[in-house]
Parts: sequence; C-alpha cells; structure tokens
Amino acid sequence: MQQSDASERRGPSVECRDIAVKRGGTTIWSHGTFTIPRGTVTAIVGTNGAGKTTLMKAELGVIPLSHGTMRVLGAAPGEDNARIGYVPQSYTNDIDSSLTAEQSVLLGLTGTRFGFHPVTRRQRAKAHEAMEFIGIADKAKLRLSELSGGLRQRVAIAQALVSNPELLMLDEPLANLDLASQRTTVQILSRLNTELGMSIQIVAHDLNMLLPILTGAVYLLDGHPHYARLNDVLDSKLLTHLYGTKVQVVTTPQGAMFVTPNMAEPGGCDMHDADEVARFHHHGHAGARPQTDGGATR
Amino acid sequence: MNPFTFDPEWTTTLTTPFMVNAFLAGLCIAAAAGAVGYFTIARHSTFAAHAIAHIGLPGATGAVLLGLPVAVGLGGFALAGALVIAALGKRASEREIATGTVLAFATGLGLFFARMSSSASQQLQSILFGSILTITDDQIVGFAIFDIVLLVVMAVIYRPLLFSSLDEQVAQAKGVPIGVMNALFMAVLAGVITIAVPAVGTLLIFALVVTPAATATVVTTTPLRAIVASTALCLVSIWGGLVLAAMFPAPPSFVIVTLSTLFWGIAKGVEALRRRG
Repeated sequence: MQQSDASERRGPSVECRDIAVKRGGTTIWSHGTFTIPRGTVTAIVGTNGAGKTTLMKAELGVIPLSHGTMRVLGAAPGEDNARIGYVPQSYTNDIDSSLTAEQSVLLGLTGTRFGFHPVTRRQRAKAHEAMEFIGIADKAKLRLSELSGGLRQRVAIAQALVSNPELLMLDEPLANLDLASQRTTVQILSRLNTELGMSIQIVAHDLNMLLPILTGAVYLLDGHPHYARLNDVLDSKLLTHLYGTKVQVVTTPQGAMFVTPNMAEPGGCDMHDADEVARFHHHGHAGARPQTDGGATR
Repeated sequence: MNPFTFDPEWTTTLTTPFMVNAFLAGLCIAAAAGAVGYFTIARHSTFAAHAIAHIGLPGATGAVLLGLPVAVGLGGFALAGALVIAALGKRASEREIATGTVLAFATGLGLFFARMSSSASQQLQSILFGSILTITDDQIVGFAIFDIVLLVVMAVIYRPLLFSSLDEQVAQAKGVPIGVMNALFMAVLAGVITIAVPAVGTLLIFALVVTPAATATVVTTTPLRAIVASTALCLVSIWGGLVLAAMFPAPPSFVIVTLSTLFWGIAKGVEALRRRG
C-alpha cells in the first residue's frame, strides 16, 4: 500500500452545493450544502429511510442528483470512481459464493476490463498486499462461503482497497458483526486513515464503535443533509432530534464518549445530560477531564 | 424395450452416422453449456434458465405448425423471453413469480399449438425430452458457428460479467454497465438453451446447463476452473449417456440426465462428509 501523494490530496473529498435527490417523484433529501475535507473519517447518520445509502450512491454517481452540484475528489459523481473504494452493505448475501477470498479481491483490480487478460503476477501481488494489510492473507485460498461474516466483510474491504483508492465508502460495515469483529473493522479503518491518509465515509446506525476514529458526520435531519465536525454532532439535543428518541452523550472514565438511546420512560430513571455526567467523573476520577463544553477528548 | 437387455452390437451402433452426429452435438452443447453454467449460478438465474427453455416451447411447436424449423421458433421465443426477464431486473424474489407464471402459460400454449397439427403433436415429445439421435449435419454446423461466436463474446465480456455477477453493486459503482451485462447474458443463455434443447429437451435442460456447473463449483474454487470443469462434466454426461444408451436400450436423454445428477449427488455427498470430518 502506498500513501497517496500529497499533491493529490489538495481540495476537499466531497463538495456539495444545494444538492437534492428525487426517487419516484418523492424528494429523499434536499438543500444539502456541505464540504467534507480530505483525510477525514466521516459517518453518514440518520434514521431508517433518511437516505444515507442514497447519499453514498449519489456520490458514486449511481443515483442522479435532481438539483445542485456535487464534486467528489474534484470530479463529477461517477466520473472518477476508480479512485473510490466501495463496500456495499450486501456483502453478507454472498454466503453461497464458492469463490475464494483471493479471487474476490482480484476482481477489484481486473473486474472492469473487457477483453482477454490473464491475471498478472503483479496483480496477484497487489491482491496479497491488500489482504496482508487487512489481516486476511492466511484466508486467501478459502471460499467466501467458508468465512464468517466478519471475515467476508474484510475481504470486501480488501477488494475495495486493492486499487489504491483515495476515498473509501462503506455502507453499514458494522451491521451484523459481533463485537470483536466490529472492533477489528474499526481498527482497520483507523489504520487506513492514519497510515495511508485515506478519506473514509461510513454509513452507520450506531456511532458508538466508530466514535474513536470519527472526525465528523453528515447527518440527515428533517430531509436535509448537514455536515458537522464530531464535537458539534455529539450534542444530546441534536442526536435526540436526529434519532427521534432520547439520546444522551456520556463520558466514561476512559475518556470515550457514548451515545446511548435511553429505553426507559422519560423521568422514570436516573437521567443526566452530558454536562452532568462530565461533572460526576470530575468528582470520581481525578484523571478524567470535564466535558463542560461538550467537546471531544481526543 | 427392456432397458436391462445388453446389446452386444453396441460398438457398431456407436459408429453409425447418427451416433457420430450425436457425439459432435454433445461436444458443441457441452462447450456452450459449460461457458454459461457458472454465470447462471453466480447470477442466481437458474430459475430463469429453466423458464427460458419452457418459454421456447410454444415457439418450437408453433414453428412446426407454420412449417418453420424448430430452432427458429424455439430460439426466437427463448430470446424474447430472456430479454423480458432481463428487463424485469435482478430482484430475484419478485422475478420468480412473474417468471413462473409466464413459464406455466408458455408451456400450456406450447401444448395448444402442438395439438393444432399432427406433425407438431409428433414433435412435441422430442422437444420436451430431446432427441439427440436425430441431429442432422446442418444442425452440427449451426451449433459449431454458435459456439465460436459464444466463446468469443464470453472471452471479451468475461471479467466485467464475472464482476457484475458476483458483486453487482460494486461493479456498478466501478462503471461496469450492469444492465447491458444482464441483457447480454440472458440473450447468450437463450442461445445456449436453443442449441441444448435437441439433446435433452426443454424439460431436462436444467441437468445440462445448471447441474454440471453446480457440481463444478463444489470441486473447484476459481471461476475459470469451474467453467472448464462444468464443460467436462457436461461432456462426460452426454457422451457417457450416448454410450450407455447404445449398450442398453434406454432413451439417451434419461441416461444423460441420470449421469449429470449422479455426478452432482456424489460431489454434494463428498462435500458434506468433508465438512463433517
């Protein structure tokens, strides 16, 4: 894996001006004006049906915009997708697949080429490099149907990585994974961002696992996409509004923050907002920093 | 005709012109079926393959009614049916009901056409169950030309077709024209089915196009090897079926389908044992 050239990293990863998408006469979302900087890890959050995947597909140029303009890595959507790695949500559907992990990763390099092209030694080496980075090199010869959901998903990430993308897009990468697999995936994404300087976008329902690596989020609220840096997203009021259910931001002794949907009746149990919780920790743990401004500790 | 009476003259039967034609047809059919079988499974289009053969049935009996070659009617209807199925999109669960409904209607229509003339009625059984022993020299030439075109097309679209079959969403994002791929593949499938029907008929086509490929995916791990293996399995089924049908007077279609099913059963059994052990 090579670090993207610094000269290539000028300009934002995504730039939107008053974008909207319509499907079947219904506006999915509209009035999206935001810029996602390069080298960031951005979550795309919102309730079910808010159009998170639609936003990702609009960035890929698969779904056309009905209004506004969008630039992805400086190009129109869909124009330069060779520089984008995409991991859709449906990777779990291929449970029957008899293909080996290696063959699947190779498709990321060779899959778009018409004509007769035998796989070259270099392409094979590249595929192995990607699998090595993701930590699945020892699974190269196994069939996808023999791998767990977590490993299959890492194969999908390796397939997206093999062409050295500058931007990696993942749709619900943590859904249906156990905690250990979620943690591994987050660690891989973190390394891709810090070691290779890759910009990453993640469609997610649950932000908790991603909080340590996120730098910002696009949140789909009231039919409009907005972008905010993470500090501004982690606001109880915003999150409560966003998810339509009571959400709290708490700070743990480790300094990590959690966004917890509270299942109990309002007022029925011990509820605190972020400032209060921060003060508890200030009292209980001398090492913990107070979060009076609602800011991140990272 | 007792199927268990051994024919000691079977080696002489094998060298008769109609048997030679049957062997050549088997080679052409195996090459075509092997090339598309893997993709049919990877694209979850096995039911479509089955349906396309049935949609071809009224075309075949209708052609006989009008005095046209069977292959023209069969191929025309199969192609039209394949393109409609392609246009319905790749959402398999929705498509199954539409496809199955059209399949049933087409089969009924095929019977209706067959009953309208005695010659069509006579041909009905060979269209349904195949008649590999009646293949003519002209048919062989047609099969061979079709095979050459098919293999060239498949070689050119091989990787994008594979990508769109296995990872449609990613392939689409990477710029593979998935709609074109789908229509093209369905058209190719209709062609393969048209040339495979004379061997085993519309009812048993699954055993030549899908079953060998299913066996091949059990024993191989790369798409190219699976394609080669399914071609070989298909060829062994047809040729083996012809030889056995010469030894014992059983219908070739029956023996061909039996061998194909047997290979699949063995592969599945071994796989199950290996998983347990």
